[in-house]
Amino acid sequence: MVSPLDMAGFSVLLLLGLALFSPFMGRLRTLQTNLTFSLSALASLAAILAGAMTVAGGSVATATLSLGLPGLPFHLRLDPLAGFFFVVIGLLGLCVSIYSIGYVKGYSGRRPLTRMVVFYTLFLAGMFLVVLADDAYFFLVAWELMAAASYFLVMYEDEFAAHRRAAFLYLLIAHVGAIAILLAFGVIAGQSGQEGFEGYTFAAMRATHLSPGLATAAFFLAFFGFSAKAGIIPLHVWLPEAHPVAPSNISALMSGVMLKTSIYGIIRFAFDFIKVFPWWWGAIVLVLGLISAVMGVLYALMQHDLKRLLAYHSVENIGIILIGLGLAMIFASFHLPILAALALIACLYHTLNHAMFKGLLFMGAGAVLHATHERNMEEMGGLIHRLPWTAVLFLIGCVSISALPPFNGFVSEWLTFQAFLLSPALPHPLLKLLMPLGAALLALTGALAAACFVKVYGVTFLGQWRGHHKPEHIHEVGWSMRLGMLLAALVCFLLGILPTWVIGWLDTIPEQLCGGRLYESAGSLGWMWLTPIAQERASYSGPVVFLGICAVVLVTWLLLHIRASRVRRAPIWDCGFAKLTPRMQYTATAFSMPIRRVLGFLFAVREHSELVAPINHPAVPTHIQYRLRIRDRFWNWLYTPQSDAAYWIARQVGRLQQGQIRIYLLYSFITLIVLLVFL
Amino acid sequence: MTLHSLVIVLLQLVLLLALAPALSGWIKVVKCHAQGRTAPGIMQPYRDIRRLFIKDVVVAENASWLFRFTPYLVFGVTVMIGGIVPLISVDLPLAATADVIALVMLFGIIRFFTALAGMDIGTAFGGMGASREMTISSLAEPAMLMAIFTVSLANSSTSLTQMVSVMTRTEFVIRPSLAFALAAFILIALAETGRVPIDNPATHLELTMIHEAMILEYSGRHLALIEWAGMMKLMLFFALGIATFFPWGIAPAGDNILPMLALGLLIVKLMLGAMIMVLIETGLAKMRIFRIPEYLGSAFLLATLGMIAFFILE
Repeated sequence: MVSPLDMAGFSVLLLLGLALFSPFMGRLRTLQTNLTFSLSALASLAAILAGAMTVAGGSVATATLSLGLPGLPFHLRLDPLAGFFFVVIGLLGLCVSIYSIGYVKGYSGRRPLTRMVVFYTLFLAGMFLVVLADDAYFFLVAWELMAAASYFLVMYEDEFAAHRRAAFLYLLIAHVGAIAILLAFGVIAGQSGQEGFEGYTFAAMRATHLSPGLATAAFFLAFFGFSAKAGIIPLHVWLPEAHPVAPSNISALMSGVMLKTSIYGIIRFAFDFIKVFPWWWGAIVLVLGLISAVMGVLYALMQHDLKRLLAYHSVENIGIILIGLGLAMIFASFHLPILAALALIACLYHTLNHAMFKGLLFMGAGAVLHATHERNMEEMGGLIHRLPWTAVLFLIGCVSISALPPFNGFVSEWLTFQAFLLSPALPHPLLKLLMPLGAALLALTGALAAACFVKVYGVTFLGQWRGHHKPEHIHEVGWSMRLGMLLAALVCFLLGILPTWVIGWLDTIPEQLCGGRLYESAGSLGWMWLTPIAQERASYSGPVVFLGICAVVLVTWLLLHIRASRVRRAPIWDCGFAKLTPRMQYTATAFSMPIRRVLGFLFAVREHSELVAPINHPAVPTHIQYRLRIRDRFWNWLYTPQSDAAYWIARQVGRLQQGQIRIYLLYSFITLIVLLVFL
Repeated sequence: MTLHSLVIVLLQLVLLLALAPALSGWIKVVKCHAQGRTAPGIMQPYRDIRRLFIKDVVVAENASWLFRFTPYLVFGVTVMIGGIVPLISVDLPLAATADVIALVMLFGIIRFFTALAGMDIGTAFGGMGASREMTISSLAEPAMLMAIFTVSLANSSTSLTQMVSVMTRTEFVIRPSLAFALAAFILIALAETGRVPIDNPATHLELTMIHEAMILEYSGRHLALIEWAGMMKLMLFFALGIATFFPWGIAPAGDNILPMLALGLLIVKLMLGAMIMVLIETGLAKMRIFRIPEYLGSAFLLATLGMIAFFILE
């Protein structure tokens, strides 16, 4: 019997081996990509098995490698929390690896594929190692491996200045975050009372007892660091820059699972290292989650670049995950283990769900990009006729992310709502009163997300083709891309239909982290009925909803088709005016106009329209020019002042450099004098 | 699942399918009387649906499968919801399928696909209707859930049948939180079912259409399904209001005679509710589209007041 840790080790070693050996196959392009991505899929499969077994058994396995620093060898640990993230990364890794076989063919011959396959495998291996690491040093090595590999992948098409700029921004924010995480480790290790490097193992950190002040410092340093990676507002600005320019398979992985490693980090710090914390930590996490969710979806609504829009939706969904986490922290701080377990499961469930549907949507966006060479939604339309498979699979992604039953996004949002509604159990009057307002904001987020995906799907796949060139050259993507998306869609569906199984499987994680189990109550009526706390409180049944709707639809269809009836096809009714053209359709910008008007005060919107009249008389205009610019306010509020300040300081410091040897000698002389005086 | 509950759920579905057009007809009759017009008769919606079912379907050349699938889905989801909301008895085997939050999301499926179907043909009207519908619904949803939260906190459950049981079992007192929630619910229900002052179901004037703009391209049996589902949705919103705020009369589980009594009471309640709606519709004019956020904002405020009243007073 192979132990889960062995299997996890096999998975990582396979990926690292691929990174090492695939460059030697550079000549045989097809073999290189087919072999690398197939084996990456195999490695992901092994990781899924390893993680699933660990979570199901609630087992903890540790190992120490003979690599690393003297005195601090690499420690590995596979516990249920790490196992869960193994499954998340593995599931999407499997889908995306299969998808990539077809997707990278689009680059074949145009740019070197070796760079793609090497960094792809390193990126996956880095993510697996992040959750496997059991000491601060190894964790940061893995963290940097992941960051560096993804940086090179974002830079893949590096001849465009915008891509280089986006990658640099990403690297910058990732490193500011990494510094904060390093400091957080330092704070805990400094209090561990261990000699040498021993304090830097996670085992020592778990045993360390921190004073409240230092614990707060450690948690919020770590929270800041992980927020930078997760793209929590206001540290989200790199996401909408980096995701659109990265190849789509990479965007899927970055948005689907890389962001989740920071959720892993936050859970690890709060529930595993620090364990005892005041309620206001959870409240801050909750509030930041709410802000990210609402602002993320609103910014997403304003976009018309498909991948940029999806990137903003990642901000939104990370916000929803944080809402669950914040609730779990609040409940845990008041020693309500069952409620904390419910909120934590809602958070983890949404983590898994978001990985699947966002991966699916980014893969779908990649398929659209592959087929049309276009990212701007305003130039698309009617793709449902050209890409029938992609259209169906993308629709499943849209329904899932819009939190509509019976798909998976609904289940986790519904669990979050249930957690919100249990707030009267809290012994804090103000919290009781304010928590339902948070639930209302979550409802707003869900509804706006649905509006946004009606826009995405309606403008991209429905209606008529808006582009300038003829749509005849657009063809459905290859089988491997379809298979990758199909797998992700299938998982989305199963996660929505079988929530009780998933919760039963996840149950070991809250049991270890907050001492409460959910399955006894959640599955009390059998696998068909999800009853989070009690049957009388709330219940939901995915299978019944799905089968019920299917049954009624089928019966209605059969009843109406007993008698042979004809469907007549006719041109679109044009109200008797001149022929309708595709340019007369609603655009993405037009679709979101009412929301822009209602909630526009949250953005920096600049609208400008101008009549162009050839004989300079407004009565005979030839056309109207309309310009719209929407900017992220946080850019002006937070980043421009900082970059200005950094530039100003650099200029001031730069004055020291006079370029004359006498001045530099004077500096040395003064330094010597000062040192002599003080030492 | 006992035979009794199976009979109840079947009876309820038949009731919903059969009575929904009558309710719409009744609303039209009362409205005509209130506005001094001649009424078409309570049976007119039945005749309309029958005529549409007989007619051939005309579909635009570039319509996709989504356009043809949507009417069936809309109808299916509506009937599914009909099996969950208690009309005459709480003894529903399917009641545990979805609580109120899930019900709101099920209505969300209908809206999502109707809006998509509106955009499928690629006319300006469809897109306009979809855009407006999604905007209004995204502003209505927080208020809707806030009202529901207030009621569910008062009954410490989000399951509809449980809410009904708790309310009918406890002694009747006027609870300020529920009064606020009811006011909010009425405002939102008018918005969600597309009635005046948000939308006018009788208009086809391009500048004011919302729901009608999305389904403008439908004909024949497709239109019949959508119209019928729309009537059922209206009745279900009445039923939702009755079950959450005026549940007295809905039979408890395991009772054989009371459901018949409950049926009579339900019809009376529906007729009264419809008359109140007609009063509102006749008394108000349709709102400008950019006034709607204020309207929904006040609904949200009312629901929030209900919540605060619950925590402070109860």
